[in-house]
Amino acid sequence: MLPIVLLSIFGLLVLYLGFQKSQNLLLPVTLLVLAITLVANFMHWNDVPSLYFKNMLYENKLTMAFSGIALLSALLIVALTRGFKDNESAQPAEYYAIMLFSLVGALMMIGFENLIMLFVGVEILSVSMYVLTGSDKKNLRSNEAALKYFLMGAFATGIMLFGMAMLYGATGSFNITALKSYVLTNAAPSVMLYVGMLMLLIGMLFKVSAAPFHFWTPDVYDGAPTLFTAFMSTIVKTAGFAAIYRLLSHSFSGMYDFWWVTMAAITVLTLLAGNITAVYQESFKRMMAYSSISHAGYLLLSLTALTSQSQSAIVFYSLAYSLATISAFGVFLVVSKEVAISLPEKADNFDAFNGLGKKNPLLAFVLTVSMLSLAGIPLTAGFWGKFFVFSSVVERGLTWLLIVAVLMSAVGIYYYFRAVIAAYMREGELATIKIPPFYRFVLIATTIITLIFGLLPDLLKSLV
Amino acid sequence: MLTLSLILIPLFAGVVSLITKNNSAKQLALIGALVELALAVVIYTQFQPTASQQFGFSYPWIASAGISFAGAIDGISLLLVMLTAFLTPLIILSTFRQPYKNASTFYALILFMQSALMGVFTATDAFLFYLFFEAALIPIYFLAAVWGGENRIQVTFKFFVYTIFGSLFMLVALVYLYYQTTAGQGHTSDISAFYKLALDAHKQGYIFWAFFIAFAIKMPLFPFHTWQPDTYTESPTPATMLLAGIMLKMGIYGVIRFILPIVPLGLQTWGKTAIVLSVIGIVYGSIIAVQQRDMKRLIAYSSFAHVGLMAAGVFSQTLSGVQGALIQMLAHGINVVGLFFIVEIIFSRTKTRNIEQLGGITQRTPNLTVYFMILVLGSVALPLTNGFVGEFLLLRGIFESNIWLGAVAGTTIILGAVYMLRLFQKSMFGNKSSFTEHFADLSFSERAVLMPLVVMVFWMGLYPNFFLKLTEPAVSNLLQMIHY
Repeated sequence: MLPIVLLSIFGLLVLYLGFQKSQNLLLPVTLLVLAITLVANFMHWNDVPSLYFKNMLYENKLTMAFSGIALLSALLIVALTRGFKDNESAQPAEYYAIMLFSLVGALMMIGFENLIMLFVGVEILSVSMYVLTGSDKKNLRSNEAALKYFLMGAFATGIMLFGMAMLYGATGSFNITALKSYVLTNAAPSVMLYVGMLMLLIGMLFKVSAAPFHFWTPDVYDGAPTLFTAFMSTIVKTAGFAAIYRLLSHSFSGMYDFWWVTMAAITVLTLLAGNITAVYQESFKRMMAYSSISHAGYLLLSLTALTSQSQSAIVFYSLAYSLATISAFGVFLVVSKEVAISLPEKADNFDAFNGLGKKNPLLAFVLTVSMLSLAGIPLTAGFWGKFFVFSSVVERGLTWLLIVAVLMSAVGIYYYFRAVIAAYMREGELATIKIPPFYRFVLIATTIITLIFGLLPDLLKSLV
Repeated sequence: MLTLSLILIPLFAGVVSLITKNNSAKQLALIGALVELALAVVIYTQFQPTASQQFGFSYPWIASAGISFAGAIDGISLLLVMLTAFLTPLIILSTFRQPYKNASTFYALILFMQSALMGVFTATDAFLFYLFFEAALIPIYFLAAVWGGENRIQVTFKFFVYTIFGSLFMLVALVYLYYQTTAGQGHTSDISAFYKLALDAHKQGYIFWAFFIAFAIKMPLFPFHTWQPDTYTESPTPATMLLAGIMLKMGIYGVIRFILPIVPLGLQTWGKTAIVLSVIGIVYGSIIAVQQRDMKRLIAYSSFAHVGLMAAGVFSQTLSGVQGALIQMLAHGINVVGLFFIVEIIFSRTKTRNIEQLGGITQRTPNLTVYFMILVLGSVALPLTNGFVGEFLLLRGIFESNIWLGAVAGTTIILGAVYMLRLFQKSMFGNKSSFTEHFADLSFSERAVLMPLVVMVFWMGLYPNFFLKLTEPAVSNLLQMIHY
């Protein structure tokens, strides 16, 4: 549980760095903190699963893998921030500190053993996200997004808390292992358990933007500063799915026959809502928002199936998705900033990428690999993510569900390829964009990892 | 190891080409493709004409799931490996007079394509096959979409989405089959393990359709062909050659490798439907081909008609049908690449592909006329040319299966002659037009492409046994498996 402690302490330190005249230290210190935490996270890799903090938190290979994904994503995104020097009104110290604190929340969601910890984790992460969404203070859309996110999020949290209370009423404990044994030993559990479980799930599904609780996503993703959109779409999603997986596979595994129908319905809805709406988007950022909904759908697919495959499928998928999303947003960030100078109305659109391949082959290549990975085309990590997810569904025998998913991933190719087509086949007047070395490193790293896992998926899959 | 080199050499050559300068990329690509050809010849000379898998390699890939990186060559693979190795250098050579922008990327993509095709034809693991099947699409998509004609963006995008959509069904079928296998503790995705499954007829019906859609789109068969004429027309000629000459064969190869042995009962139920669709494609494609003015489009439709015949032969599940399909794959690959190249030659000199605007080319171009004529005759299946052997065997196979369908399919010979001879007559004979006034005969490099093709036309036409005996053991073994 060292990572949580480290992040909390260093988060405060980073906050204090902002008081001094040492703004230039912020970025390197934050990166260093994240790197140290990432190493610390894997220090106990070979230890037996264990409980911490009076049975409040749990740690095993799976939680470490999820934490690793969240920390790695954060590291890469922080490397993309360039110290927020472009923005006059930015307050970098606060941003970095909030990002570190939000990771504490994410890690608590990943490793909770007690529902209280889940709730605290969700709140830490959510409140951080509300703030970061609204951090572009002078931008009306950023403000609107933050308010919308906050109001909707507060409702969802309320419902979730109500659900937890009901679960406590039914079982007399917040401990999820106690919950599990209650479910397994009581042949006829009280109605409160069912209602409580559903409400808890609804709260969590809201956080990962599953349909029909996804309406906030496009506006928030669109309104938030792009870096924080990347943060939201990777870390919140990873942590959220880790939490849902833990609930379903651990506490409620005995009630599979009850909840799989609900989950299947939500999965289908999410896949349809995400993919079909994404087709009609003109804004790249909004497309990425709907794409994040659709990827939530694929992850839910694996949860609905819940076989022995699901665990590694979700880990693999989360990592593949996070890497591809970060490189996509990374490219979009530099390109849209460049385009905004000459054609501000096009800066958010697919058109921003027009002619990217000519003068900026690296950016175009990174974008292409990330789009191929998100679309699930072979030779990228995204393909194997989908493959393992689909395998788990076949193993469970839910072939009809798989057909829906397969059709939707065909739809997905359509909108992801619009970016590739714009980059290579459309004419544009993009000049050569100067990419800072840090930035270049992140983009190349995500692309190479995506390709390596695309060729050798067993490197990761055999671990968890 | 030899098989693995078949996949790795073009991959390596492609990477090298990618980092060389634009003006030396084509020579480099040609050298790479020739090395590959030499390797294919070595494999041929060491090949034992038995039904066994040879030159195999196998490495654990996703060990925890029993998926391996494995490939080998049997008679069926060998024929397609030879076709790919033979055509790729010619396709590269055919571009020598035509400068392409970003040449190093262009040639790298051709070589990557070759690598993926070799992978498709040699993979013995179902998921590896799928990986290469899809991976082949990426280079060809970029070749067509970046260097293609005016409407390339929409057209190639339709092609890309359409084919991926089809393949996803195959993926579902493969994953399903994978979970039916038992190998020790877990499952295996070795294709030969799929052969032993013997599922019930109902399930086989579903799996048949999943495979059929994937392969029918790839070939393409009626009614999944709508992407094909546009894509062939809009793509740059080298990409069209790759598409028609080699990539189309992936579909038929897939049918032979997967549909025939894995779902024989499904084929019993639905095989007739598949043959009917193929035969409709033959007649429909031919009739449209007769009415085309654009030479490239005409050949595209003729290719659509021909592939229908090959598919019908394979679905007939007879020895002569499958053998005919294999020999015809080779023959069609050679003829269609030659014909597309001649269209490109004519287009590069006259800037038109419209046969109404052409004519009178024969007078000053004895070389072109002869080569063109031989390829046309090969394509209309005149005896002593390569087309004859294939079509004869194919029609015999279809007749064995159903005499009426055979009779309808037989019209391909008449219709084929109509559209191909019309193409030749309108473009080459008659009076000169303003487009064809100054028409130079073939250059050396153009002859260097056409000569080997024409040699093959006669070789296969005169001595088909050379090729037939390579595949016979593997094919009869396959058919025995179905008709046990």
